[in-house]
Amino acid sequence: MIHQYKLNGYNIVLDVYSGSVHCVDDVAYDIIQLFCTEKKDEIIRQMLEKYGDRPDVTPEDLEDVFQDIEELKRQKKLFAEDIYEPKAFDLKNRHTEIKALCLHVAHTCNLNCEYCFARQGRFNGERGVMSLETGKRALDFLIENSGDRRNLEVDFFGGEPLMNWEVVKGIVEYGRSIEKEHGKNFRFTLTTNGVGINDDVIEFANKEMHNVVLSLDGRKEVHDRLRRTINDEGSYDIIVPKFKKLVEARGDKNYYMRGTFTHNNVDFTNDIFHMADLGFTELSMEPVVCSPEDPYALTEEDLPKIFEQYEILAKEMLKREEDGRPITFYHYMIDLNNGPCIYKRISGCGSGTEYFAVTPWGDLYPCHQFVSDESYKMGDIWHGVTNDEMRDDFKMCNVYAREECRDCWARLYCSGGCAANAYHATGSIKGVYDYGCEIFKKRMECAIMMKAAEAERAEERAEE
Amino acid sequence: MKRIKTLETRDLERSMEKGGCGECQTSCQSACKTSCGVANQDCENKNK
Repeated sequence: MIHQYKLNGYNIVLDVYSGSVHCVDDVAYDIIQLFCTEKKDEIIRQMLEKYGDRPDVTPEDLEDVFQDIEELKRQKKLFAEDIYEPKAFDLKNRHTEIKALCLHVAHTCNLNCEYCFARQGRFNGERGVMSLETGKRALDFLIENSGDRRNLEVDFFGGEPLMNWEVVKGIVEYGRSIEKEHGKNFRFTLTTNGVGINDDVIEFANKEMHNVVLSLDGRKEVHDRLRRTINDEGSYDIIVPKFKKLVEARGDKNYYMRGTFTHNNVDFTNDIFHMADLGFTELSMEPVVCSPEDPYALTEEDLPKIFEQYEILAKEMLKREEDGRPITFYHYMIDLNNGPCIYKRISGCGSGTEYFAVTPWGDLYPCHQFVSDESYKMGDIWHGVTNDEMRDDFKMCNVYAREECRDCWARLYCSGGCAANAYHATGSIKGVYDYGCEIFKKRMECAIMMKAAEAERAEERAEE
Repeated sequence: MKRIKTLETRDLERSMEKGGCGECQTSCQSACKTSCGVANQDCENKNK
């Protein structure tokens, strides 16, 4: 399967199953498009008709293009076959190790953001905070179930994790005290709204947290519209100085400034650029996940505008890169050489198999987005995963489980998409959240175009 | 090739041979928390 598209002056041919990316000119683009459906003579006739007035397009030249295509086919870099499907079904039989936990250390929040899927941190349930003992047991549970996986990820999530900060610190200290004897490496991350950041948080987080995810929606008026304090005031002025201080002190360590865009700010690139203007360079912006009835829900009419925004962002990022003031956008970070192997690409996100969310009371859920749904409780950290049937369902929740993905070129980039989004959109974890797919595909097209542009620049520099 | 330039990419078929170590980051754990994509996860396999 191939996917062809034109963007920002680049003609790109993506070979889905080999992962190859080809940048081609208009002639080769058209020939590749016709290659599998038309006979060679007919293609040559059409090309001469279309491009015959160009001196460089001759029958001999077109013959060379055909030979190049055949060579790429022989190298399995073009029109490569799908040979991975049997592997996807083997995944059901594999023993899965658990390697990542999302610890809901606080089901409570000091903000009252209207769009929050956690519903003010309570996940439709009671307020509560995790005890240190529960947190320690969660790490023990992770180690016990992690097999030979070395890197173990633990995200401190909420609600707002800084509302239970002393326990967060205690859990980290406990993790550091046991990781070496077990041959493990904990990678702790913190996702915070920023309200509770102080010097102690900055010092500890910058020492111990592999990554911090800081919630900021962008421009003050956009941020303050939905991210409200308990007293119904905007939170922008409270958090931005704190984020600046934390990031400044963080040095080279990872962080993301993460925003959510909604129907209210479909022009979300202005929010990303606002973050950049504030001095933040590692940026992420996610489409809101909510009920279609919510007033800020994204609509079908928003979609073309969103596509346009992603293009604006990609072009601006290339420009900033050229100007020596680059920014990173999470969804455009792809590494074509050192990206994920095929197993990663076909096995899905790992929710309910290698990744679990842990509630303040130690219950296990497939991921943080299922926590508000009691029917998705899969066990607890003392007795382990007890709902084997559900775990098997999640094991098979991969790109090959969805008929809708069969002909999709992006299937090895999204790995079947988000199970929670699918469930909320269709009632089944094996459904497809079409709207999310459209956005994802656009992001991938932009990200790959940027790689083409960067390769071209590198080539130009090498020639200079 | 005159009209086709191929970017350097990881060979997915070959990644079947030594892939699947599982050390790479869980997709949703990093920054998004509300969508899934595996494309931006770096490979952490030291023996590939």
